[in-house]
Amino acid sequence: MQVVVCVKQIPDPASPSSLDPDTHNMVRTDDQVLDDTDRYGLEVGLQIAEQTEGSVTIVSMGPTGSMQGIRQALAMGADKAVIIDDPALAGSDALTTAKALSAAAKREGFDVVIAGVESTDGYSGVMPQMMSELLDVPALTFARKVELDGGSILIERQTAAGFDVVQAELPALLAVTGGVVEPRYPTFKGIMAAKSKPIDTLSAEDVQTPNNARQSIISVVPAPAREGGTIVEDEGEAHLAIIEMLEQAKVI
Amino acid sequence: MATWIFSEEVDRAPSGASLEVLTKAATMGETAVVYFGNGSEDVFAVLGAHGAGSVYHLTGGGGLPAAETAATLADLIDAHNPDAVLFAQTYTSRDVAGRLAARIDRPVISNAIDISLDGGCTVTSEIFGGTQIVETALTGEGPYLVLIRPKSFVAEETGGDAPAVEAVALREVGHSGSPRVIDNIVERAEGPALGEAAIIISGGRGLGSAEAYQLIEDVAAPLGAATGATRAIVDAGWVPYAKQVGQTGKTVKPDVYLACGVSGAMQHLVGMKDAKIIIAINKDSEAPIFAVADLGIVGDVHKVLPKLAEALNARSR
Repeated sequence: MQVVVCVKQIPDPASPSSLDPDTHNMVRTDDQVLDDTDRYGLEVGLQIAEQTEGSVTIVSMGPTGSMQGIRQALAMGADKAVIIDDPALAGSDALTTAKALSAAAKREGFDVVIAGVESTDGYSGVMPQMMSELLDVPALTFARKVELDGGSILIERQTAAGFDVVQAELPALLAVTGGVVEPRYPTFKGIMAAKSKPIDTLSAEDVQTPNNARQSIISVVPAPAREGGTIVEDEGEAHLAIIEMLEQAKVI
Repeated sequence: MATWIFSEEVDRAPSGASLEVLTKAATMGETAVVYFGNGSEDVFAVLGAHGAGSVYHLTGGGGLPAAETAATLADLIDAHNPDAVLFAQTYTSRDVAGRLAARIDRPVISNAIDISLDGGCTVTSEIFGGTQIVETALTGEGPYLVLIRPKSFVAEETGGDAPAVEAVALREVGHSGSPRVIDNIVERAEGPALGEAAIIISGGRGLGSAEAYQLIEDVAAPLGAATGATRAIVDAGWVPYAKQVGQTGKTVKPDVYLACGVSGAMQHLVGMKDAKIIIAINKDSEAPIFAVADLGIVGDVHKVLPKLAEALNARSR
């Protein structure tokens, strides 16, 4: 089975983020990491490929930088990477990104396209659904468990009160939540093998996606900060301080 | 401005989050609700009371509704030209809004906490853990599509009459609309939903193990509280995604938020910093959560929580 997994390189979430004061685009250093969210989708994709003797292609959009995140995905076991890297697409919104990634997925061919439900940095949370519409396939979203059943996919779809068991025939798009599987760590062999795996780079023209930005940031201002309060060291009685606070709040 | 609000049925009523958005929209001009669900006189009366001028009631469909709903909405938009279509940011609304945006080739802004439809469309959202507030203008042709985070507005009955209801059959879309819902499992046996709870007890990595999440449940039970979680322990597979509070997850505004073994990463703070009272328990006195906590306990959750549960149980006996 041909699996396409969407991944994103993002600024390290552990270091402080900033916006470019002129363009208001997120500042992207060369040193980017694989969005942790994407490790779940990639693991699901690798498992599907293993079960079906298929292959996994990762598709990604954005400045490649040091390629650290792409290399990590290849080291985990993806066979190939396709990256759309074009300065013309800087600051793209979710729809432009969905168009470019969909075009790349179509170029590669797929039985299933996999993405995380939202990225860690932009978290618009609608990109996979946009792709499903552009690719004209069912979207199995908010999947917290995935099972392949012949030519169809069965998922547990998160709902507010529990989950739905949902089934769809392939081709389909799958959007997975964190915790859906336990992602593997790259092995030494995987890291070495990643160095010789093919990486295709595409331009905006290759995927026929112009940057059609239809939103502009008017202002960015600091939010009012919340103040800290009393700090108590627990010496065996700290639960009483909590109860006192709950009483003051009149919730008990 | 003609504003449409998408509303989906939950427990035989319009979703609470969609009523929040409807209440806000009704203050900005003419409104119509696009309603997905069985519907009833009661349902439509509730929509009217929250300011719905009219209702398009989408009927039919059997599987996951997003593809058919988006296609039908696109047809309705084509026929009636609303200025904006607003969605509460729930799972199904995200599916519908994403598909609709691609179908009609309009951008969608997510994670809005406020919106102004004065001539154009300006949306307010929070970034970087809620430390920065961003205003974005949608330019270009409408309709403007916006997903609004639950709890951004308060749902209020403004006393409107029952609205006119037009039934609209969902359009067949072939393969895209084919996912079947085979089973529906309710896991939340008792207690309030995370979004509605007055008290939330939340756990993070500091719990140390999936099993230790029981300590959170044990404190929540006597309080009638909801239970939440950080992204870290959802990613670790300890608890499902529905419990996740934060930027990628739910925004909550309870009276009391008790964060246990939660470090206070930006990702988490944005989802709970507007709680009236924040109490935190953490072993690390330097944890960022203490900077926003009204009461910070430097201590071990494994010691403090059992005592707290015992004391609360003793009170309720």
